[in-house]
Order: sequence, then structure tokens, then C-alpha cells
Amino acid sequence: MGRYVLRRLLLTIPVLLGASLLIFAMVYALPGDPIRALGGDRPLSAAVQAQLRAEYNLDDPLLIQYVKYLAGLVQGDFGTDFSGRPVLTTILDRLPVTIRLALVAVGFEILIGILAGVLAGLRRGSFFDNLVLVSTTVVVSIPVFVLGFLAQYVFGVRLGWFPIAGLTDGWYSYILPGLVLAALSLAYVARLTRTSLAENLQSDYVRTARAKGLSETTVVGKHALRNSLIPVVTFIGADLGALLGGAIVTESVFNIPGLGRAVYDAVLRQEGAVVVGIVTLFVFFYIFFNLVVDVLYAALDPRIRYE
Amino acid sequence: MRTKRIAGASVVLTGSLLLTACGGGDGGSGDAAAEEGGGTFSVYIGEPENPLIPGNTNETEGGQIVDALWTGLVEYDRETNEAAYTGVAESIESEDQKTWTVNLKDGWTFHDGTPVTAQSYVDTWNYVANSENAQGNSYFFANVEGYEDLQAEEGKKPAATEMSGLRVVDDQTFEVTLTDPYAQWPTTVGYTAFFPMPQAFFDDPEGFGAQPIGNGPFKADEAFQDGVGITLARFDEFGGEEPAKAEGVEFRVYTEINTAYNDLQAGSLDVMDELPPDAIASAEDQFGERLKTQPQGDITSLGFPTYDERFADPEVRQAFSMAIDREAITESIFQGTRTPAASFVSPVVDGYREDACEACELNVEEANRILDEAGFDRSEPVDLWFNAGAGHEEWMQAIGNQLRENLDVEYQLRGDLQFAEYLPLQDEKGMTGPFRSGWVMDYPVMENFLGPLYSTSALPPAGSNSTFYSNEEFDAQVRAGNSAASIDEAVQEYQKAEDMLIADMPATPLFYRVTQYAHSENVSDVSVNAFQRVEVEDVVVGSE
Repeated sequence: MGRYVLRRLLLTIPVLLGASLLIFAMVYALPGDPIRALGGDRPLSAAVQAQLRAEYNLDDPLLIQYVKYLAGLVQGDFGTDFSGRPVLTTILDRLPVTIRLALVAVGFEILIGILAGVLAGLRRGSFFDNLVLVSTTVVVSIPVFVLGFLAQYVFGVRLGWFPIAGLTDGWYSYILPGLVLAALSLAYVARLTRTSLAENLQSDYVRTARAKGLSETTVVGKHALRNSLIPVVTFIGADLGALLGGAIVTESVFNIPGLGRAVYDAVLRQEGAVVVGIVTLFVFFYIFFNLVVDVLYAALDPRIRYE
Repeated sequence: MRTKRIAGASVVLTGSLLLTACGGGDGGSGDAAAEEGGGTFSVYIGEPENPLIPGNTNETEGGQIVDALWTGLVEYDRETNEAAYTGVAESIESEDQKTWTVNLKDGWTFHDGTPVTAQSYVDTWNYVANSENAQGNSYFFANVEGYEDLQAEEGKKPAATEMSGLRVVDDQTFEVTLTDPYAQWPTTVGYTAFFPMPQAFFDDPEGFGAQPIGNGPFKADEAFQDGVGITLARFDEFGGEEPAKAEGVEFRVYTEINTAYNDLQAGSLDVMDELPPDAIASAEDQFGERLKTQPQGDITSLGFPTYDERFADPEVRQAFSMAIDREAITESIFQGTRTPAASFVSPVVDGYREDACEACELNVEEANRILDEAGFDRSEPVDLWFNAGAGHEEWMQAIGNQLRENLDVEYQLRGDLQFAEYLPLQDEKGMTGPFRSGWVMDYPVMENFLGPLYSTSALPPAGSNSTFYSNEEFDAQVRAGNSAASIDEAVQEYQKAEDMLIADMPATPLFYRVTQYAHSENVSDVSVNAFQRVEVEDVVVGSE
């Protein structure tokens, strides 16, 4: 088990290198001159432009830029954005915010998603089952920013239940954006749980358990649900990585100063160092959570063993 | 100067109302609260692009904060935008319009308690001008003697670190020598780029950029929080005559303007200096007298590639100008958030003439006659250039349709390039047809709308003369204005220069922006100036 984890961890290094080079190349390939754009209608003076280009290695070919970036990285230097702010500071400032938001979102996925899925799975064909089916279809088909502004307007402006934007109310501020961020995955979780549970309830071991005279609660809770949750856990685990990176829209709509907003701004300004630093971090999280899921798998299902 | 992403506004302004458009009604009731002087209010801003250093802040967002933290040598009159000596300068005088003596008032200190001296200005200006420090506003000192010596070639050190044109006389006096006479120089020094910085900046530039120390009505007790904003407190030892009325102001950073607008509607945000385009229709009902308008010191033009054979003839350019119905576009597409332009300068500056440009009025018959005379080939479509993603497509298309209808010329929209691609292409003479061009004034003088845009010395890559217009007589005329003995005389000379532009038409003026802004019921006495910055020191909290 330990060796398996170690091997997986070592594998992340080439993956991260490859990913960062790829992202670097993509930012590099963006057409246009970011330094010229800094000045807008009035160009910065030629000497200032030259100074900035030299500072950010923008005159170098792609590979040289990348190697210089890596050389800095090895020394713990993540580079700076065009305003001279270290990228590492931005990451450290904003990472906790994004993690909190992702955790709140995952909390909603587990709480609401699994609950709705279980209830629907237990009473297939009932009114509640159909309600879940219809509401998840609706959620899946609405773009996140529409959902976000709608939630903001209804619950913030009209009803006044939640703060509209920012983080002024501590954890309470995370609830609405967390729900919006979770909405899409929540729908998947509910459906996955429902289908999986419904299927397992038909299986032989559940019939055996019932035949032994166990209470319905034990049958469902201990036997059927445990097996049904394996695919759900896999999904939620992988989703945590995706939520960290996918918060761009939600963070912008709810004005939450997280990494998603930072990366959005950086792409617009073609700030290679910022984009690469943050996106590589997202890739790392994605890999990491997948690893955690794989390990959890073994715990949930004794048939799976890693040597 | 950098243009802010533009949002809409809806109140239609007629020309004569331009400067007095603010709705009255909340001035009187605010006085009681003003004397108590309490409360903190919040203002919407977008993410600042640079550290909060005046010399490096050339966009509206950071500029708003910097303006609250500093007071310039001169300030601008709210009504006329003329330089007023309510700032740090006692006087700025010159015999020959070339060597200026700046006298400072007593009693001005920075927020850290150190006095504002002549040396503060000279040190700061030398720092900002030096290209090694890569300050965005470096070019503002280009007309100071010795500026060239501070510009390093690539990979080299600049020849000097101090401009020879700056000389400290005593603590309260310094002398500035310009390369050429410039009668309106005192009016320029109210701009952000000229704000002074204390010694603390030179000790720790990075820390200063996050938590600046200025000399203005508000001070920063805490650092700017990336992605969140900053809250400033009233500076009690403020050296000016009118200290801030509110106890504090919070600048809150938003990525999405719609989110900010939701906050404003719910009353959790107090002031927005622009509104989202979608809100135009409903804002008037919702905010009533708390919705106001302010003309901006900017201009949108249709530039012509004078280097292109098809547009080399001024007559062709005039014909195009006459074929555009500006009024129709401002009403149907901008819904009154722009006003039609018939001058190369903004209505907010001294010397503006409402109907300076006759060829800026719709005159289809005359346009066709001139076009025929010039022998323009109408069978070929015309390319119309603009940058993508900034809301230009709709009105450029309207212009295309007007050209088709009025001149019988087909058009092709070329709006695929992002700003970062569009600008370099412009600099490289890559425009194959008329193109969108925008300008936001640096300071409220006529010259700022002429010299930087159309003079030979402003040709790219150094300047913004993207039409590549070059006319010695025009250059000489602008120079004549610069060296005039008084501002009134200067204006007359500039107007003659403008007349040359009208005849040669390297670009045709289209619109001026009108900002629509709104505030919550928690505040009163809210105004936005021609630089689209909220006059935060005037705002009164908790009245009405």
C-alpha cells in the first residue's frame, strides 16, 4: 500500500512538468503583445516597455522562458505578475478561500445530493423520485453564471437571506456561492446515488439480508448503501479537484477573492507566470484527490487491494 | 491613460446641459451630517492593475484609490475643469512658459508626518521618469529637460538618474525647465502622475505599493487586500482647506459589475461610478434622483489609415465623416450614454467649440458629391476595424450600415483581434480601413486631445498617432499654442490647429462618453468628475 502511494506520488512529477509546459505554451501562443496592451490607447514609453519585456523574459523563445521559470521555481520563486506582486503571495492569499468554498460545495454535494439520491432510490417512481429527476435536469441545463445571478438576485437582493457578494459574513458568506458551485455536481451525485442504490436493492445479498430478518434500516444502511456509495465517493473525490479549479465563474459572480478569479484575470492580461503557477496547482490537486479516492476505494471495498 | 471597460447610462443629455447634469435636491439636507462628519461608505471599483503608486497608476480603478490618498499641486474645478490652486502649490509661474517656478504652501504633510517639500517632488519625478523603474506614467515627464538621459536603451543603464530640468530652490520652491514652452503646464500637474511621495517610498517601494502614504484627505491604515479592496480613514492633519466629510471610505473590488449592481440595489454598496448596460432601462425607476450623469473627458473617433491609398485623400475621409449619422447611433445603440461629437476635443475642456466640425454633420448629398470628385472606388468593400470583446461590434456595424446606405459602399467588419493584438497592428500600419480609436484625457487641456494624437512626434511606436497623420503646419500650430503667453491665447492657437484637423480629417470625431452613476440612500453629495472618479472627500454619510 505504502509503495503504491509512493509510486503514484512520484508519477505526479512528470505529469506536473508536462502540464506546466503545456500551459506555458498555450499562454505563449496567445497572439498579441501584453506589454503593449498594458498602456492601452497611450503606449508606455519605449524604454519602459523594453524594461518590462526584459523583466518578464518576454523576448526569449518559449523554451528559454520555460527553463528560466523552472529555475526560479526550484528556488521557490513562482515569478511575479505585471504589477510586481509575487505569484506565490497571490496563491497563499487566495488558496484558503478557494479551499473553503470547495469544501462547502462538497458538503452540499454529500448532504443534499446523497440524501435526495437515497430517498429517490428507495421510492422509485414516487412523486419525490420524479421531483429529483426533473429538478436535477433543470440544474444541469442552466449555465452556472445564470444560476449564480439568479440565486444572488432572489436570495440576496429580494429576500435578503444571504450576503450578495464578498466574504463579509464569514462562513455564512460561503453558503450561497457554495450551493451554486455544487449545483451541477450535486445533481450528478443525486442521480448516481439513486441509480446505484436502486440497483443494489435488487441484488442477491440484499435479498439474503432481508430473508435473515434484518430490519429495513440495517439492510439499506449497512448493506445496500455501503456498496452503492462506492461510485459516488469516486465521483465526489475527483470532483473536489475539479471544484477547486472550476470556481472561476462562481468566484467572479459572488466576488469571492479566490484562485479562480485570479486565474481569470491573469488569462485576460496574458500573465504567463500567474496562469502557469495557479493552473499547475489545480492539476496537482486533481491528481492528489484522485489518489486519495483510489486509496479510499480499498477501504470501502475489501475486494480491492493495492500491492 | 487607460480606458475603463465601458458600461452604459441612459439619461440623454443635450449639449448645453453637459456640465451641470447632476440632479439637485440632496445638498441641503446633508449639512447637519457634514458637520458631525461621521460614517464610512463603500465605492465600487474594478481590480487595480498596478501597485498603488501614482507614477505607475494609469488606469481608472487604481487611480480612484490613489486620488483619494493624494492631493496634487493643483486641483481641477468641478464645473470648468480649470486648474485651481486649492492643492499643494501656492503658485506656478513663468516668464517664458518654459521655466516654471513652483511655490508650495506651508503645512502640508504626508500621512506619516513628514513634510511635503520641494525635494519630495523632485525625487519622485526623477524616480517616475527613470525608465529603469518601469513606471507607466514615465512619459508625463517627457517634456522636462533631461528626460532623455533617464531613458535606458535595452540592456543598458540610463545616462543619468536626475533630470537636469528639475532644481530645488528651497524647501518650499522648485524650478522646472521644459524642453519647449508649454503655457498649460500648470494645468497638467494636477494629474496622478505628478503626486509626490515621501522618503518611506524609496525605503520600501513594495510595501508602499500595497499601503501607500500620500498627502490627501484620506490615509491608508491597512494594506490593500488583493481581490478585496482597501478601506481608507480620514486624515485629520490634512493640509488642504476642505478635509474629507466622511470618516472613511471603502473601495471594494468587484470582478463582475452585475454583482456590484446587485449589492447597490440591496443597499450593501453605496456608490457605483458606472452601471451595467443591462441596468440602463430600469435604473431610473429604481434610483430616481440618486441616478446622475457626468460627461467624461474622452473621445471616440473613427481613425483613417492615412497611409492606405484608398484613404490618402482628405476628401474621401470627409465624405465618410459626412455619411455617418452620429445622433442616430447615440440614441438607438448607446441610449444616451454617449453624445455626438462635432469637435476633436472634449466638451469638458476650455476651448471646446460645439460645432467646430461641419463635416461631422450628416450630409449625404455632399458626401456623395465629394466621393465622386475624389474618384473613390465604391465597388470594393471597406474594412472596419475594432478590437474584440469590448462592446464595439454593434455600433461599428451601425456605421457600416450607414456607409452602405448613404454612400453605397459595402463593408466588412474586422473585429476579431483582442486589444493586445489590435494595438500592435495599429502601430504597424496594419489597418486596411477605418478603425475605432479611443482617447481618455490625461489632463483637461485642449492640447491633450491634439498633440498626443495627431502630431508628428507622436507617431508610433512612441505615441498614439495611429492614423500616421503628419503635417508640419499642424505641428507648428500646436507649438504656437504651447508657447502662447496665456491660456486664453493658447486656446486660440489650438483652435486653429483643430481647424487644420477638420480640413485634413485624419480621423473623424464620433462620440463623447457620458457616465451614468448611482448611489444608495446611505449617502449624499455624491459626484463623479470628468476623469470618472468619485469625489470621495465630498461624500456625506447618513443623510437624506
